[in-house]
Amino acid sequence: MSAGAALAVTAVCLVAMLTLAVGAFGLRFSRTTSDFYVASRTVRPATNAAAISGEYLSAASFLGVAGLVATRGPDMLWYPVGYTAGYLLLLLFVAAPLRRSRAYTLPDFAEFRLESQAARGVASGLVVLICVLYLLPQFRGAGLTLRTLTGAPDWLGSGMVAVLVLLGVAAGGMRSITLVQAVQYWIKLACLLMPLAFLLVHLHGGAAGAHARLARSDWLEPMQGPYSLYLTYSLMLATFLGTMGLPHVAVRFYTNRDGHAARRTTVSVLMLLSLFYLLPPVYGALGHRHLPGLSASDSTDTTDLVVLDLPHRLLGGMTADLLTAVLGAGAFAAFLSTSSGLVLSIAGVLGQDILGRRFPPVTAFRLAAVAAALGTLVLTLLTTGLAVAHAVELAFAVAASTFCPLLLLGIWWRGLTAVGAVCGMVVGGGLSTAAVLAVMAGADGDGLAGAVLAQPAMVTVPLAFVAMVGVSLATRGHRPPRLARTMVRLHAPEAVQVDRSGFRARGALDQT
Amino acid sequence: MSTTRPPADHPGELPGQAPPAGQAPPVRVRVTAPATARSRRTTVVSEIDAQTEVGAVYMRSLMRSQLRLALGITTLLVLTIGLLPVLLATIPWLRRVEVWGVPVVWILLGAGCYPVLIALAVAYVRRAERNERNFHDLVGPR
Repeated sequence: MSAGAALAVTAVCLVAMLTLAVGAFGLRFSRTTSDFYVASRTVRPATNAAAISGEYLSAASFLGVAGLVATRGPDMLWYPVGYTAGYLLLLLFVAAPLRRSRAYTLPDFAEFRLESQAARGVASGLVVLICVLYLLPQFRGAGLTLRTLTGAPDWLGSGMVAVLVLLGVAAGGMRSITLVQAVQYWIKLACLLMPLAFLLVHLHGGAAGAHARLARSDWLEPMQGPYSLYLTYSLMLATFLGTMGLPHVAVRFYTNRDGHAARRTTVSVLMLLSLFYLLPPVYGALGHRHLPGLSASDSTDTTDLVVLDLPHRLLGGMTADLLTAVLGAGAFAAFLSTSSGLVLSIAGVLGQDILGRRFPPVTAFRLAAVAAALGTLVLTLLTTGLAVAHAVELAFAVAASTFCPLLLLGIWWRGLTAVGAVCGMVVGGGLSTAAVLAVMAGADGDGLAGAVLAQPAMVTVPLAFVAMVGVSLATRGHRPPRLARTMVRLHAPEAVQVDRSGFRARGALDQT
Repeated sequence: MSTTRPPADHPGELPGQAPPAGQAPPVRVRVTAPATARSRRTTVVSEIDAQTEVGAVYMRSLMRSQLRLALGITTLLVLTIGLLPVLLATIPWLRRVEVWGVPVVWILLGAGCYPVLIALAVAYVRRAERNERNFHDLVGPR
C-alpha cells in the first residue's frame, strides 16, 4: 500500500496547495469588511453558483450518499434528491427577498425583520449550533479518509483540514473563499466522474449481467422497513425545507449583486447539483454489487468508505492506487470547501456579535474563525460520530425547524412578531436538538419513537410553525414599528427606486 | 408644447399670474412640462415611501402575485416528486417494474427528479421576473 499511500498523499497535497494558491490569489482583493463577509457583493452568478455548489457538496454527498445507497438501497436516493430540491424551495420563497434584505447573516435578517436583539441572539446561537453540527462530520470524515488512504491517525486528517480552512478563511474571508469553492466544485465533479468512467469501462458492458443478478435481491426495492413512509417523508421535509435555513448557504446569497442575480444563481446551482448527484448512486450500486458483506447494520466507518474501497476491489494494482488517490483528493476538496463555508458562517456570527464590540471588524472576524475551527476540531476529537450523511441530515432537521419558519413567515407574513419568532425557534430548535442529542447518546428506540428520533423533521417543523404563528397572533399588538418599510425593501425589485434606508448590517462599512 | 395651456392638474393657476411681468414665459414652460411627467411617475413610489394606503395596496398586490406563483410551483412539486413515496408505498408492482433491466424506481430517483426540479425553477424565474417587470411598469420607471 506504500505506493498507493504516496500517490494519495500527493493528490491530497495538490488539492490543499491549490486551495491555498487560489485563496492567496483572492487575498489580493480582500480589504474591507464587506469583502470579508459578503465578497462586496460583486460575485457573478456563474462563479457564485459554482461556489455555492462547491461549498454545499460535502463529505455527505461525496462519500456518505454512496455508502448509504450501497447498504440500504434506493430509499437513500432521497438524500440527493432532497439536497437538490431544497434549492428549488429556496428559490421560490427566499432567494431574491433575502438578497434584497441586505443583511450579511441570518441573525442580521432576524434583526432587520423583527427589530429585536433577543431574536438576533437566538438566531446567532442557532447558527453556531447548526454549523458545528454540520462541521463535526466533515472533520471526522477527513480523519477517516486520510487513515484509509495512508494509515495516518484520525487526528491528522481532521487537524489538516482545520488548519487549511483556517488559513483560507482567516486570511481572505468571503472574497477569496468564493473563488476557492468555485474551483472545488469542478475538482469534486472531475474526481468522482473520472474514476467512475474507468470502473464502468473496466466492467465493459457487464452492466446488464450485473443488473440481472441484482434484480433478485430485496435491496433493489424501496419502502421496505416498518416506518419507511414516515422516514421518507420526514427526510424529504428536512432536506427540502432545511436547505434555506443552512447558515452557510444563506450567507452565500448576500454575495449576489441583486435579487435577479440571486435567482439566476439558484437556477444554476440546481443544474450543477443535478449533474453531480447523478454519480453517487452509481457508486452505491457498484458498491453493493462488488463489496459483498455490506449490511445496513455496518458501522458507519465502513459504509462511508464504499467509494474509496471500490477501485481496489475492481481493478487492483497501480490503476487502482491512482483512482483511489483521485477519489481521496476529491473527498478532501469536499471537506475543505464545506468546512470553509461553515467556519466562515460561524466566524461571521461570532465576529459580529461577540468579538465585534472589542475588536475592529476584520480582526474580530479572524479571531472568530480561529475559535470556530479549533473549537470544533477539539469537539471532533472528543466525540465519536454518526454516519456522515446522517449527521449532516440532522443539521438539516434543525435548520428546517428553526430558520425555515423564520424566513418563510418573516418574508411572506406581516403578522410575525419578535416574540413569536423567538418562541418558534426555541420550540423547533429545542425539540430537534433533543432528538439529535438522543441519537448521539445512542438512543435507538424501537417502533415509531425510534423513527421520530432518527428523522425528527416531520414532527418538529410543523410544531415550530404552529408556535411561531400562534404566539405571533397572541402578540399581534407588538409588530415591529418599521414593518411596512421592511416589507417594501424585501419585495420591491431593484429597478423600482423606493426608499431602502434604515437597517445596516453590523460592521458594514459600505452599502451597495 | 403648452405655452398657453396650464398644467392639467393645476387648472386654477394661470401662467401669467405669479411671476413679474419681466420674466420670459418659455423658461417657465420648459420647467413645468418635465416636472409634470416626473411627478406623475414618482407618485406610486412616493406613495410607497410615505407608507400611504395606496402604496400599501401596490406592495400587497406584488407580494400576493409572487406568493401565489411560488405556492403554485410548490403545488406542482408536491404533485410530482412529493407523491412518489405514496405511490411507491401503495402500488407494490411499481417498485419492481423495470425498463431495460434497470428498475424504474432507480431511474426516477437517481436521475428523473432533477429535470423536473430544473424545469420548475426555470418556469418560476421567468414568471417571477415578469411579475416584477409588470410592477415596475405600473409604478413607472423611477
